[in-house]
Amino acid sequence: MEKKITTPLTQEKVKELRAGDKVLLSGVIYTGRDAAHKRLIDALDEGKTLPFDVKDQVIYYVGPAPAQPGQVIGSAGPTTSYRMDDLTIPLLEKGLTGMIGKGARGDKVVEGMKQNGAIYFAAIGGAGALISSSIKSSEIIAYEDLGPEAIRKLVVEDMPVYVVIDSEGNDMYKSEREKYAKEKM
Amino acid sequence: MREISVNEITKELKRMCMEANYILSADVKEKLESQIQVEASPIGESILRDIVKNANIAKENSVPMCQDTGMAVVFLEIGQDVHLIDGNLKDAVNEGVRQGYGEGFLRKSVVKDPILRGNTGDNTPAIIHMDIVPGDKVKITLAPKGFGSENMSRSKMLKPSDGMQGVEDFIIETVSLAGPNPCPPIVVGVGVGGTIEKAALMAKHALTKELGESHPEKHIADLEVRALERINNLGIGPQGLGGTTTALGINVETYPTHIAGLPVVVNINCHAARHVECVL
Repeated sequence: MEKKITTPLTQEKVKELRAGDKVLLSGVIYTGRDAAHKRLIDALDEGKTLPFDVKDQVIYYVGPAPAQPGQVIGSAGPTTSYRMDDLTIPLLEKGLTGMIGKGARGDKVVEGMKQNGAIYFAAIGGAGALISSSIKSSEIIAYEDLGPEAIRKLVVEDMPVYVVIDSEGNDMYKSEREKYAKEKM
Repeated sequence: MREISVNEITKELKRMCMEANYILSADVKEKLESQIQVEASPIGESILRDIVKNANIAKENSVPMCQDTGMAVVFLEIGQDVHLIDGNLKDAVNEGVRQGYGEGFLRKSVVKDPILRGNTGDNTPAIIHMDIVPGDKVKITLAPKGFGSENMSRSKMLKPSDGMQGVEDFIIETVSLAGPNPCPPIVVGVGVGGTIEKAALMAKHALTKELGESHPEKHIADLEVRALERINNLGIGPQGLGGTTTALGINVETYPTHIAGLPVVVNINCHAARHVECVL
């Protein structure tokens, strides 16, 4: 089912989304990948405040290519999500409700999503030029020294993503693969 | 002795870095387009269409297909009758990468220390593999390698008794474990034999070959056919969201090995499968 969702991603909206839904996402989202996650978690461990309030927000695992003159942002597709698995639970506990990436998540993350009410979306990996056309503005808000890994505040319009894991733990990667698997491993 | 200026190598590499990242190579594009016609999953078909659309946008606007514009892997085959002049060859290669990634607005994805990290800011150094060959030419092959797929690659030192079946099963297991992570549909490069580093180098080099190119020896060409069929029966599909197009192709390279060993390395590439070459 195709749904239009606008951030902030409140618990009410989280409950509406089911694994397998195609979503056109609009509103503010934040970028963050490996090095930025490390700093966010270090900040929480040290009792510092985060550079943005993660409650009801969506983090997009992306390190965009540089913008060419006249572009809002360069190509900006998702990076592989499992590398953020060990750095995700504290953010979910702070109220983060959405993550956009690609690839499988660990059991602990799925458990954390069920407990705290969160959605894992997948964007099409390697379709960075296509996805960047749905990004309307981009502004670095933290960790500028990390270059492509800095945290950016993006405004997106009808960004195409799939709900891969919903807040009940249903996993589209598993269910869809099962349908077409003639060889089981 | 034929003289070639290393400045020519810099110039070509700069151009190749941009070309490889902006333009999906013809063999991969044709294969993606033909898979749209046969993909069993409607979601998978829709994703394949978006991937082709993305490639068209990238080419038309001269922007990278993917934000991960990779670490620059460069193979140089240098004719033994060539005299390289005007400077240091490795510096010239890195300068080409620096200019290509800088002026081409490609992402700088290299950190200076694997533990301490810290972006080098210009995507150097490149990974350079050199070979001295007969003749008076220099062949440059560039394969910018993204790490979503690189991270899903594996090696194993099999026993000789594991044989063909052991190699085939290890390939399938590696792709199965990778699942949705390496941006399927993938391209698979396999190195079998030699020593551990020789096998890894062959697996990487196999990714620079054209899709559909078969190994000259029948038993290995047959392995390529069987393995590709089994991979596409795993159900992973485009982006891992289910389907019958998990890999676009597989190339295997082999080399003699030790009586006690059967090394195998599986190197996975994403659907951008970037590879360009030029001969000076």
